[in-house]
Amino acid sequence: MQQAPTAGELPKLLRRDRMRDLRERAIGAALLTAAAVGALTTAGIILSLAGETIRFFGQVPIVDFFTETEWTPLFSIQKFGVWPLVSATVLTSAIALLLAVPVGLIAAIYLSEFATLHVRSLFKPMLEVLAGVPTVVYGFFALTVITPFLQGFVPGLSTFNALSAGFVMGVMIIPLVASLSEDALSAVPVSLREGAYAMGATRFEVATRVVFPAAISGVIASIILALSRAVGETMIVAIAAGMNPILSFDPRVPIETMTAYIVQISLGDTPYGSLSYLTIFAVGSTLFFMTFLMNVLSFWVVRRFREVYD
Amino acid sequence: MHHVTEETIEPRVAAGSSHPPRVRVGIPAPAVDEPIEHPAIEVRKLSLWYGPKRALGEIDLKIAAKKITSLIGPSGCGKSTLLRSINRMNELIPRVRTEGEVIVDGVNIYDRRVDPVVVRRSIGMVFQKPNPFPKTIYENVAFGARINGYGGSMDELVERSLRQAALWDEVKDDLKKKSGLALSGGQQQRLCIARALATSPDVILMDEPCSALDPIATQRIEDLMVELAREYTIVIVTHNMQQAARVADRTAFMLAGDDLVGRLVEYGLTDQIFTSPRDSRTEAYITGRFG
Ligand SMILES: Nc1ncnc2c1ncn2[C@@H]1O[C@H](COP(=O)(O)OP(=O)(O)O)[C@@H](O)[C@H]1O
Ligand SMILES: [Mg+2]
Repeated sequence: MQQAPTAGELPKLLRRDRMRDLRERAIGAALLTAAAVGALTTAGIILSLAGETIRFFGQVPIVDFFTETEWTPLFSIQKFGVWPLVSATVLTSAIALLLAVPVGLIAAIYLSEFATLHVRSLFKPMLEVLAGVPTVVYGFFALTVITPFLQGFVPGLSTFNALSAGFVMGVMIIPLVASLSEDALSAVPVSLREGAYAMGATRFEVATRVVFPAAISGVIASIILALSRAVGETMIVAIAAGMNPILSFDPRVPIETMTAYIVQISLGDTPYGSLSYLTIFAVGSTLFFMTFLMNVLSFWVVRRFREVYD
Repeated sequence: MHHVTEETIEPRVAAGSSHPPRVRVGIPAPAVDEPIEHPAIEVRKLSLWYGPKRALGEIDLKIAAKKITSLIGPSGCGKSTLLRSINRMNELIPRVRTEGEVIVDGVNIYDRRVDPVVVRRSIGMVFQKPNPFPKTIYENVAFGARINGYGGSMDELVERSLRQAALWDEVKDDLKKKSGLALSGGQQQRLCIARALATSPDVILMDEPCSALDPIATQRIEDLMVELAREYTIVIVTHNMQQAARVADRTAFMLAGDDLVGRLVEYGLTDQIFTSPRDSRTEAYITGRFG
């Protein structure tokens, strides 16, 4: 009968390497710290936002915030109805999407289904460059080029307006829609395309009836992402859309989006800690909540419509 | 379903009309290869290049109507390439060049004036890995008919195609509820067959249709092929020689030489190929000495 060897007799090869165990634990700890920094920063932002927002609502009833239709925190008669800011954000974002979704999707379908490899390798980097243009440049482009141009045939278009800002914002997010949708379309397996071609589908039918529906969750996610980009976009609307908080869906007149308002107060001489100053946290929270909802929606859409190709 | 019409049999195997039709084991088949008088497909001097690389070398092959023809040979010898030449699928791959002719119904489908989309409508294809669309079972089958602007009753067409593919009973209750992808591998492959049948093709090309399936699912597909061969011309690529022996009327053996160009080595009645091959390379392959 053989006896199991005690630890002392264990062959060297089989023995645990204490140093390596230690090293791996140290690496794990370092990675955890790095991850924690990111998470803690986010938590910090949310907490300070929440704290100041709660202070604001200590002085302004939350009901007024969501029912009043005037926003005049800087006037002597202060009104705190957030709708003028929300409507401006919705209007500029809607104009942006109206341009970016059709153009972006057509570009994506063209690039993934029709373009030759050569054309695609030329276009994709161009899109990425377009996505990298600083938004302040887009803002001035809207104010100094697009608005004067549009004034030629849109009667009553003010110098600051939602139309140019929304339009240029749309141009800005086209690459986002195009690039992400193109990724989603390209990820559809070749075998599905072949299956359709083999049944006598034309290139157009393959693209619209097989590839696009199969990629729909990725496409919708790209649109929602573009929308949250538009909602959060600041420079373009601050420069080109105006600082005039009125509840209006007329795209020709100056308005003020939520982001533009935050810029206005942050850069202005509003005393720190005053009620007017606290408004930016309330508006910031509202904005945060809107984009958060969109991200949740996008997550849900991706899960709900995801096609398991395999 | 379909009544068994008296096949106008070319005098090949004396398998008769008794069923099961193609049990070859133990039947001393008179392996006399008759010339194919009216081939459904005639491949003439077909060569194909992927960019600079030649994959097919002057293939000549006549494929009999309403029979099963199998293409066998070691991996990489060009079986799939040849099969995909018959419905012009290869030209979807960039930089592919084809020379030679493929005659279907007296027309060279590589004629410049021929529309490849129309060619593919009359020649269906089933792939190695089942590739149903991420749509409902119903929409999978209806797809081809919809793009063809089919005028008849879609429900009837879907039912008929699914019955032909021996899948109807398993899926009839959730035609519009279940995605084609929710089926088992074997069911998916039969769905792909139903989908191909729904465009009423004359020819069905199958590229290793059972290679991703278990033995029972494979058996079902083989039975189905034999059944379908009453009405359709079937060309099947297989690396499984037993499968070729079980289902195919004729078998073509392909091989890529040192130049890696795939060529047809031997072609004839399956019995003859498997029992008395004329070429030593065929014999080496079927006896498992390479490949
Ligand atoms: N898309 C392609 N591009 C380049 N070469 C290819 C392509 N498809 C197949 N080939 C080459 O053509 C030859 C034949 O391939 P294939 O027809 O797939 O063989 P088989 O089906 O007999 O295994 C192989 O050498 C393969 O590498
Ligand atoms: Mg192959």
